[in-house]
Amino acid sequence: MSDGATTGGAASVAPAIELKGISKAFGPVQANKDISIRVMPGTIHGIIGENGAGKSTLMSILYGFYKADAGDIFISGNRTEIPDSQAAIAAGIGMVFQHFKLVENFTVLENVVLGAEDGARLTPSLAKARQLLTELAEEYQLNVDPDATIEELSVGYQQRVEILKALYRKADILILDEPTGVLTPSEADHLFRILKGLRDEGKTIILITHKLREIMDVTDTVSVMRRGEMTATVKTSETNPSELAEMMVGRKVLLRVDKEPAQPKGNVLEVENLSVVDEDGVQRLKNISLNVRAGEIVGIAGVAGNGQSELLEVLGGYRSATGRILLNGEEIDLTGARSDGQTRRARGIAHVPEDRHKEGLILDFFAWENMVFGYHHAPEFQKNPRFMSNAAIKADCEAKMERFDVRPPIPSLAAKNFSGGNQQKIVLAREIERDPDLLLVGQPTRGVDIGAIEFIHQQIVALRDKGKAILLVSVELDEILSLADRIAVMFDGQIMGERLASETNEQELGLLMAGVTQGAA
Amino acid sequence: MDFLTLLQIFDSSVRLATPLLFACLAGLFSERAGIFDIGLEGKMLAAAFFSAAFAAISGSVWVGLLAGIGASLALSLVHGLASITFRGNQLISGVAINFLAAGLTVLIAQSWFQQGGRTPSLSGNARFNEITLPFADAVRDIPYFGPIYADLISGHSILVYVAFLTVPLTWYLLFRTRFGLRLRAVGENPAAVDTAGISVLRLRYSAVAICGVLCGLSGAYLATGLQALFVKDMSSGRGFIALAALIFAKWRPWYALWACLLFGFLQALSLRPDAVEAVTQVKVPGQLLDALPYILTVVILAGFVGKAIPPRAGGEPYVKER
Repeated sequence: MSDGATTGGAASVAPAIELKGISKAFGPVQANKDISIRVMPGTIHGIIGENGAGKSTLMSILYGFYKADAGDIFISGNRTEIPDSQAAIAAGIGMVFQHFKLVENFTVLENVVLGAEDGARLTPSLAKARQLLTELAEEYQLNVDPDATIEELSVGYQQRVEILKALYRKADILILDEPTGVLTPSEADHLFRILKGLRDEGKTIILITHKLREIMDVTDTVSVMRRGEMTATVKTSETNPSELAEMMVGRKVLLRVDKEPAQPKGNVLEVENLSVVDEDGVQRLKNISLNVRAGEIVGIAGVAGNGQSELLEVLGGYRSATGRILLNGEEIDLTGARSDGQTRRARGIAHVPEDRHKEGLILDFFAWENMVFGYHHAPEFQKNPRFMSNAAIKADCEAKMERFDVRPPIPSLAAKNFSGGNQQKIVLAREIERDPDLLLVGQPTRGVDIGAIEFIHQQIVALRDKGKAILLVSVELDEILSLADRIAVMFDGQIMGERLASETNEQELGLLMAGVTQGAA
Repeated sequence: MDFLTLLQIFDSSVRLATPLLFACLAGLFSERAGIFDIGLEGKMLAAAFFSAAFAAISGSVWVGLLAGIGASLALSLVHGLASITFRGNQLISGVAINFLAAGLTVLIAQSWFQQGGRTPSLSGNARFNEITLPFADAVRDIPYFGPIYADLISGHSILVYVAFLTVPLTWYLLFRTRFGLRLRAVGENPAAVDTAGISVLRLRYSAVAICGVLCGLSGAYLATGLQALFVKDMSSGRGFIALAALIFAKWRPWYALWACLLFGFLQALSLRPDAVEAVTQVKVPGQLLDALPYILTVVILAGFVGKAIPPRAGGEPYVKER
C-alpha cells in the first residue's frame, strides 16, 4: 500500500509535506542550503545525516521554531506559513522530540491536555481527553494508564505519551527526532510496530535518525543530508546501508570494525562483589563481579541508568563502593584517602568518561589545557619544581592532535569550539597516549559523526592489540557487538549474563538488557 | 489560661497571619511558575508605604490600597523584566528590590511628610476599619460559639476576609483551571509549554503580576489595617517568613494557610508573655518570644522540616533550545 502511494500516486496525490528551496543561516553558518523534499501521505520517510548536517534545523523550521530565510512550505498542496509551534500544530504537524517535553510530576492525562484544553475549566477537558485517549489507545495499541504520573513511567511509555499528545492534537504528520536513542531493542521494535500501524491508518511519519539499521527496517523512502544540503532521496528498498553511509559522509566508510580475534592474556582487572549505594539510598550496583584480561575488550551493554555509569565512576576513582578491585593482582583502595582519579591514573587506569562535556573536558578551557588534565604532574610538563611548562604542554598537545587527527589542530582553541567527534578525540588522545594498562571507555561515540566513529574504534582496537585491557560501556548495542570481544549485560545494577561477542546476537542481548534471564525466556 | 485569653490570642493570630498569607500566596504563584521571588519583603514594604501615603493624602483607604498594589506591581514587573525577559539571576534581582524598597520608602516618606521617614497616622476612612458580621451581637451570649463568632470570626477588616478567601480561590485556579495547569507546567518544564504552542513569557509575566497584586494587598493591610501608619522597615522580615511558610507548605495553598496561621500564632504569643507564663509556669524572656517566628523560619529554611521539592524549573530562565 505504501509503495503504491510513493510511486504510482505521486502524480495525482499532493504530497503531505513539500519543502521548496528552504535555506537557513545562523550567522556565517549555512545550516540549510536550498532544501527541497516531498513526503507522500501514508509513508514513513527517513531523514538521515551526521550530527550538524542540518536535520534538526530543517525540522525546527517545519515545527515553527525557526523562520526560514528563504523557501516555501506546502502542506497537502497548500502553501502554509509556520511562524510558531501553534501554527504547526494547527497545520496538523506533531513532533516527538529526542528529549521529551513532558511535565514529570503531571499525569499522562494532564500532559496530553496541556496546551490543547477545551475551555477555561479543567475538569471537562480532562474528561474529554480521557475518552479520546481510550479510543486512540485501542486504535493504535498505545496503551498508557492515563492517571500515572510521567516519572512513574518507563522511557518507552513516556515516548508513547508524546505520540498520544500529537495524535490528540489531530496531527496527520508525525515527526520523530532520534526516537530510539533511549529505548531497548524490544521497545524500539514496539515503537516501529506502532509507527507502521499509524502509517497504515494514513498518517505520514518523518523519522530522523543516524542509525542506518532503523532506516532500513522501517522507512519507505529515505533522504540523506550532508552539510546542510539534501544530497539524495531514494526508495529504501532500492538502497543499502553502506551506500547510505557513503552518501552521508561523502566517502566510503567501513561500517564493521576491522579486527582480528582477541589474544587475551592474564587478568588486568578483577572486580569482586562490588556494591554501591548512592546518596539517595538506592542500591546502584549489586554484587558485581567481572574481569578484564590483557588484550581484550570487554563491553558492558545495557539501557542507560542500569548501573553502568556507577561502575565506571567506581573504577575511575570518584565514587566509593564496597567489594574488592584488583589491578594486575594488587588490591585497589576503594574508600580511603588514596581512592581518587589521580591515584588510579598513577597505577595505570585511564578513563574516557561517559559525558565528555561534564566530566571529560572543561569546555571553556583551551585544548592544550584539556589535553594535560590528570597528567599535569608528569615530570615532562614541569619547568622546575614549582611551575608547569606551558610550552612543553602545548608542544605535546600539538603532537597528539596530529596523531589523532583532531581538526582543527590548534591547541589554543577552546574545547567548546571543536565538534563532538574532535572533542572526543582530544579526550581519547589524552588517555590513550599515556599507555595505560586498563582503559575505561564510556559511550566513546555518543554524538560523534560516522567518520570519526570509525577512527575512534580503530584506536581502541589498536590499544587492545598492544596487549592492553579495555572496559567499554555503551548504550549502542551495535557498537558493543562490533567492538567488544566479550559482552556483559547489566540490568538493575546486576550483571545478567556474559557472552562472547562471536557467539551471541542482538536478540539474546536485548532480552538480557530487559532483565529477562534465559530460564524465563 | 481561660477561654477568653485563648480567644484573644487566636484573634491576633488571624490578624498577624493575614499579611503573611497574602505574601505567601503571592510567592506561591510566582514560584509555581518558575520565578523565585525573595523580593516579597521589598514589595510588601513599598506597598505599605504607598498605601499609607496615598490614604493619608486622599483620606480614602481605597485610593491608598490601589496605590499600594500599583507600587508592588511595578516592582514585580521590574523583577519580571530582569528574570524573564533579560534572563537575569532571580535571587539578585530580588535582593535588589528589597534594598530599593527599604531605602526609597523612607526617603520619599521624609521628602513628602517630614516626619522622620514615617507617614502621618491614619484614622477614619483613611484606614480599613473592623467589620462586624451580621448577628455578631445577637449570638455573643451563646457559650463558646458566641464569642468564637463574635470575637474571632467577626470584627476584622475586609482584607482579612479577602486573604482567607484567596486560599480556596488560589487552589481552584491552580488545580481546576486551564490557566493553573499551564502555570504549574511552566514552573516544572517550560519546554513542554513552549512546544505545546503556549507563550512561556506571557504565562510567567501573569504569574509575576498576580504575585505583585497579592504582595500589594499584604503591604496595604500592614499599614492601613494592622497598623495605622507607615514606619521604617515595618514589614520586619514578614516577606522572608512568608517564604519560609511557602517552603513549609510545599508550595500548596491549603498548607500555606496552616503554615501562615502557625507563624501568626507565634507572633501573637509574643504579644502575650503573661499568657505564656501562665501556661508554662516559667518566665519566658520576651526577646525569646519575639524571636520564635524567626527561629522557626531559620529551621524551615535550613531544611529540617522534611524534604520540600520546589518546582523543578524554579530559578532558571527559559532559553529556547534548537
